[in-house]
Amino acid sequence: MNLLQHTWYMMMRHQRQLLRQPWWIAFSLAQPIVWLVLFGQLFKKIVDLPGFHAASYVDFLLPGVVIMSALFSAGWSGMGIIMDMDRGVMDRFLVSPVSRVAIIAGRLLHQALVIIVQSLLLIGLGLLMGAHYPGGVTGVVVLLLCAVLLSVPFCALSNALGLTMRRQESVIGASNFILLPLTFLSPVFMAPGLMPRWIQVVSRFNPVNWSVSAGRIALQGNADWVRVFTLMGGLLLFTLISGGLATRAFRSYQRSA
Amino acid sequence: MNADATIQVAPRLNAIEIRGLVKTYPGGVRALDGLSFSVESGKIFALLGPNGAGKSTTIKILTTLSRPDEGEALVAGFDVLQQPDAVRRAIGCVAQKSGVDRESTGRENLILQGQFYGLRGAELKHRVNGLLHRFRLSDAADKVARTWSGGMQRKLDIAMGLIHRPKVLFLDEPTTGLDPEARSELWDEIAHLAQDGLTILLTTHYLEEADRLAERLAIVDRGKVVVEGTPDALKADLRGDAVQIEFAAAPEEAVVRQALAPLEGIGDLNLHGAVLHARAHHGATAVPAMLTTLDAAGARVASVKVSRPSLDDVYLRYTGRTFQQAEGGQR
Repeated sequence: MNLLQHTWYMMMRHQRQLLRQPWWIAFSLAQPIVWLVLFGQLFKKIVDLPGFHAASYVDFLLPGVVIMSALFSAGWSGMGIIMDMDRGVMDRFLVSPVSRVAIIAGRLLHQALVIIVQSLLLIGLGLLMGAHYPGGVTGVVVLLLCAVLLSVPFCALSNALGLTMRRQESVIGASNFILLPLTFLSPVFMAPGLMPRWIQVVSRFNPVNWSVSAGRIALQGNADWVRVFTLMGGLLLFTLISGGLATRAFRSYQRSA
Repeated sequence: MNADATIQVAPRLNAIEIRGLVKTYPGGVRALDGLSFSVESGKIFALLGPNGAGKSTTIKILTTLSRPDEGEALVAGFDVLQQPDAVRRAIGCVAQKSGVDRESTGRENLILQGQFYGLRGAELKHRVNGLLHRFRLSDAADKVARTWSGGMQRKLDIAMGLIHRPKVLFLDEPTTGLDPEARSELWDEIAHLAQDGLTILLTTHYLEEADRLAERLAIVDRGKVVVEGTPDALKADLRGDAVQIEFAAAPEEAVVRQALAPLEGIGDLNLHGAVLHARAHHGATAVPAMLTTLDAAGARVASVKVSRPSLDDVYLRYTGRTFQQAEGGQR
């Protein structure tokens, strides 16, 4: 009861802070749009490759950019918790009886909502750019779920990194090191069948791949639901593990005081 | 001081009771080395000491942020290790590093803080408005705290610490970094708080602050309480005037001691470089004699200052260093 309520209060704080930064919102929305337009144009002819199996590159790319944006937005979320630690806000929370879990859960919930809004905007923009969503509303909902199920664990991991490293520079370095390779080791931009063999193998263990693949299949219609749910099950498991790691990082932060 | 503690027969209600706290940080820094003291309910108690004496570590342990390696601490009757949640409900804390969320408005900061303690609806709104009014923050209440002055943010910090009507309030160096005007304004506020029956534990490295606010104080040095009492009693203990003599060049300590040894009513000699601190029963009569003998011994005096005992002298007496020296070098 307390947990839910406190999580809600924490989430509202993050929402208010976000809404106070219109320029930040503008740039973080512009970023995926640039990707969608730029990559969409640059790799337009890629669909002509034998074995690509897509009606148009925008159709193929859209779920990729939705997932990639979710990944990056979540991956930076550890910066916020470092700011709270640096400014004494975290200590003020910890001397109060506020639910400890809510401090992290509020951030995860906030992140999930941001991702849903951001993804919906991108899906709408895709329509304007001529993308088709044969999977209909169900497909869109599954894609949103996939985006959330990727962003929540990465948000948790990013917070765990922040709690452990406690320096923004370190989190920036680690995020850069991890996020981009994970994106390219997945079929965000390229059909899985056309990726080099070793990338295909590595990508089987990559949650970004699970998320893009499940979302893309659902959006294409006539989905292989068993495959979609298997992949989403993997994401759920990954979410639980990441949540556990973030909890541990939080405990060790408290112990180190 | 010990005598004072042992003759205490009637049980009294202590808001804070700590015994033998030890805390060693990784790397072997011993922040607390058997620290003990108690604070009576409804009193303002100050921990006075230079940076690094262990004051902030003590506050961290009492507010459940940190755990001691050894020792015991009770706050409002609750054990900080066994009942941290009960402690958290009973205390308010104003940390050295402000806890104000600078990207939220003052009102939002207060509301969120109140929500943690289960306040809501009309009651919360009423409480928030009351505190904003009391600390004269109403006009700026709906502006983002980033735009506030340091003094206003500090007052907001205190208001947040009070939102749930705590029994014990911790103020960790509340006026550090404030300009003199904001500092004196805050002193008035703090003195006011104690009138409502709140127990306040204040840490400070300003002698003047402890002198002015605290009903009792403990001087903390290197993780231990070296002396405890009311500011007046501590100063009265010293008996006599503080004499500070500055030499033209740093003299030999043996020379100075030898020269002054025959003089009566002079004690607590303390030579640091070219500055000599001493205590004289009657400063006005002792000084001329001191100057004569010192001059005869070849220690040329550049300036002399005689003053009534201050907390600085108390500090010097019990730690063997002036407060400034401790602040400067000995971290």
